[in-house]
Amino acid sequence: MNIEVQKQPPRTNYLNATYGIKSWLLTKDHKRIALLYLASVTFFFALGGLFAVGIRLELLTPQGDMMQAETYNRVFTMHGVAMVFFFLIPAIPATLGNFLVPLMIGAKDLAFPKLNLLSWYIYNVGALFTLIAIVTGGVDTGWTFYTPYSTTYSNGNVLLTGVGIFITGFSSILTGLNFIVTIHTMRAPGLTWFRLPLFIWSNYAASLIMILGTPVIAITVLLLAAERIAHVGIFDPALGGDPVLFQHLFWFYSHPAVYIMVLPAMGVISELIANMTRKNIFGYRFVAFSSMAIAVFGFLVWGHHLFVSTQSVYAGLVFSFLSYAVAVPSAVKVFNWTATLYKSSISYNTPILYGFGFIGFFIIGGMTGLFLAALGVDVHVHDTYFVVAHFHYIMVGGTIMGYLGGLHYWWPKITGRMYSEGWARFAALVIFVGFNLTFFPQFLMGYMGMPRRYYAYPEEFQVLNVMSSAGASILGVGYLIPLVYFAWSMRYGPRATENPWGAFGLEWRTSSPPPTENFLETPKVTWEAYEFRPREEAEVIDITRH
Amino acid sequence: MQTVPFSPEQASSFARDVDALYGFLWALTIAIGTLLSLLILYFAVKYRRRSEDEIPRPVRASHRLEAIWVGVPFFVAMGIFVWGAGLYYRMYRPPEEAIDIYVVAKQWMWKFQHLDGHREINELHVPVGRKVKLTMTTEDVIHSLFVPAFRVKLDVVPGKYSTIWFEPTKAGRYHLFCAEYCGTSHSGMIGWIDVMEAPEYQAWLSGGAAGGSLAATGGKLFEQLACNTCHKSDGTGRGPALEGVYGKPVQLAGGQMIDADETYLRESITNPKAKVVAGYEAIMPTFQGQVSEEQLLQLLAYIRSLANAQGPARQTSTSGVQK
Repeated sequence: MNIEVQKQPPRTNYLNATYGIKSWLLTKDHKRIALLYLASVTFFFALGGLFAVGIRLELLTPQGDMMQAETYNRVFTMHGVAMVFFFLIPAIPATLGNFLVPLMIGAKDLAFPKLNLLSWYIYNVGALFTLIAIVTGGVDTGWTFYTPYSTTYSNGNVLLTGVGIFITGFSSILTGLNFIVTIHTMRAPGLTWFRLPLFIWSNYAASLIMILGTPVIAITVLLLAAERIAHVGIFDPALGGDPVLFQHLFWFYSHPAVYIMVLPAMGVISELIANMTRKNIFGYRFVAFSSMAIAVFGFLVWGHHLFVSTQSVYAGLVFSFLSYAVAVPSAVKVFNWTATLYKSSISYNTPILYGFGFIGFFIIGGMTGLFLAALGVDVHVHDTYFVVAHFHYIMVGGTIMGYLGGLHYWWPKITGRMYSEGWARFAALVIFVGFNLTFFPQFLMGYMGMPRRYYAYPEEFQVLNVMSSAGASILGVGYLIPLVYFAWSMRYGPRATENPWGAFGLEWRTSSPPPTENFLETPKVTWEAYEFRPREEAEVIDITRH
Repeated sequence: MQTVPFSPEQASSFARDVDALYGFLWALTIAIGTLLSLLILYFAVKYRRRSEDEIPRPVRASHRLEAIWVGVPFFVAMGIFVWGAGLYYRMYRPPEEAIDIYVVAKQWMWKFQHLDGHREINELHVPVGRKVKLTMTTEDVIHSLFVPAFRVKLDVVPGKYSTIWFEPTKAGRYHLFCAEYCGTSHSGMIGWIDVMEAPEYQAWLSGGAAGGSLAATGGKLFEQLACNTCHKSDGTGRGPALEGVYGKPVQLAGGQMIDADETYLRESITNPKAKVVAGYEAIMPTFQGQVSEEQLLQLLAYIRSLANAQGPARQTSTSGVQK
């Protein structure tokens, strides 16, 4: 993170304001904390990616030959744990959200800067427990920890991993709390709720889920620990408990958690589309409210993970109905994004490629969600690779397109440097192709009947598995390219102006990188959201629309 | 009926209907995906930025358009909901008349018990064209019985019975998978369903089962465990007579009624004090840990075989009230 000022006139920004490790580890600056988080989540993305390599290599052949079944089970579990809890959930809110929420609303920092730093430390303490669990043998329950396997039968490091997830949850709660208070109380004068960038709306919605949902997973993990240590009889039927109760509790958080991942990504996509087309988002209020609707409905659909769990047929009907209800606000977003392109001015820079990529993945991921919510079809595809493909399209395709798209779009603001546009477009294409090749065949093998979490499989599934593994290798390369040119850009990239895209939004009205206090003067907002103006006009214009 | 590409064989009465909805959903996905892709492509070309400082005129949202794309997806979604729900309702409501087979799952095998006493492991023989009902439980963790060719799946949960049914429509040998992750050899917990034409199935059945029918084995166990010392058939024992109890309503000590189904009978053996029949004292010891899941099913088969026998206490009342 050592950005040197080479032969530049001295100026002060958040990166060169102070020097030394200590100035980073004790920083209260939301922008620096965002970068600390960026380092942490990138580490876990790489770790989770390594486990994915193990999975795809093993599945090249039908028989189990590369590793032991026991090892394979640990590998896919740790792939899930690392990716879900330590990468996908914090990826956008803790990095881009942390960096941008104050900048976008014209604030100097988040409401509770020390709490923000604390949340990063809590994340890392949790991460440390989980890493110790991984290094000392790992855990083999699947990231879903279903009882009674996790409480009675597994001999993996269930408790240690659980402690890691329990602790890291608090960092999520603190981030959510910080965002909500900041967005409520620290908006610049004139920045009313309906003038907020949609990224703020979506992070606000995600924050609600973080503070309401995360305590539930914490309690669930505690009950799991109590059961595993003391056999108190919550989940064990021999002691009068109910193993399916765990699934209700687990998904009560873990389904909304998907929206913690994808809502901020949707917010990024709204920014990318508006700014790369210089167009106000079509149906701004509908897009904003759809985020809130998703956050609320998202809490009412957990039971669709239990359609074949022996829950009652009646419960199945209710949860199926509610799952279709949550599909509507998601569809609304896609239609509005598409409509935004109409009569716009589309620039083919890297960020919008990720925007288009997101829409593509989201259509496939979202539509296949309709398959899974259809009770009669779910019975067949439940716990098969169809589900694996579906949630990778949404959680991974969606979140990573948002995350990488956002990282490219705000990179000049974050680092003050540009990256290589050619390489960046190439990488976006490689990722899009690699991802589809990896996961699309999994829909087909799932419907053919290949169950998930299988270490060895009947031969008829091999062709599709080989395609999937081949795609994964392309995808892996696609992820490595940005790592290289971003690292290059940090040192050698051309200097970025304060607003290289001609974009809208308060974050582009301060220098790149911004000063520690973000704005030298608190901005006064007199314009509507995404009210694009010619560049020179934008700095001075003071027009209120009626 | 056309089959959907990349789908398993259609070998049960559900398969076509599930494939039809699945095929419809892909058609819908392709239609919407193509429509949106073409629109985006068209806009992307037509409205590409032509000069660096181009600022397009803002467009106001049209409430009519918004209403259309809130409303249309909602009604389409509701249609799919009803379609899928109808199928689910059929799948998870076992018919009255069906061949009963009991299933015990354990790490990592499937054990099947036929009423006539046949026992199989990781292989199940069923006749074509007959409805088959599986009553399933597990000795350890949650498993899930999945037969892709039949398009059926249901979790098998410890401590209770779950029932699933299917009607094979085509003779053949079909994969049986465990679909719920259950530990080290989860992917080894696979087997076959052998669907046989009626004559071959009869031949297989007459191949002889060692040790008599399931109910007979259960009856022997009933004596071995000394159940019969209290559950006397003349109704004079310290426990209720079990003749004519199976599947009928029973009144409990608290006054409420309960159907004496597999779940209730199972609980009455493993946790007898939970729901005591009215008029009897809660003196029965638990048999949890003393009888295996398979033995439990044998006992149930025995009690079931008494379903049509006349119990002395029951003939006095139709409401099932005891003494």
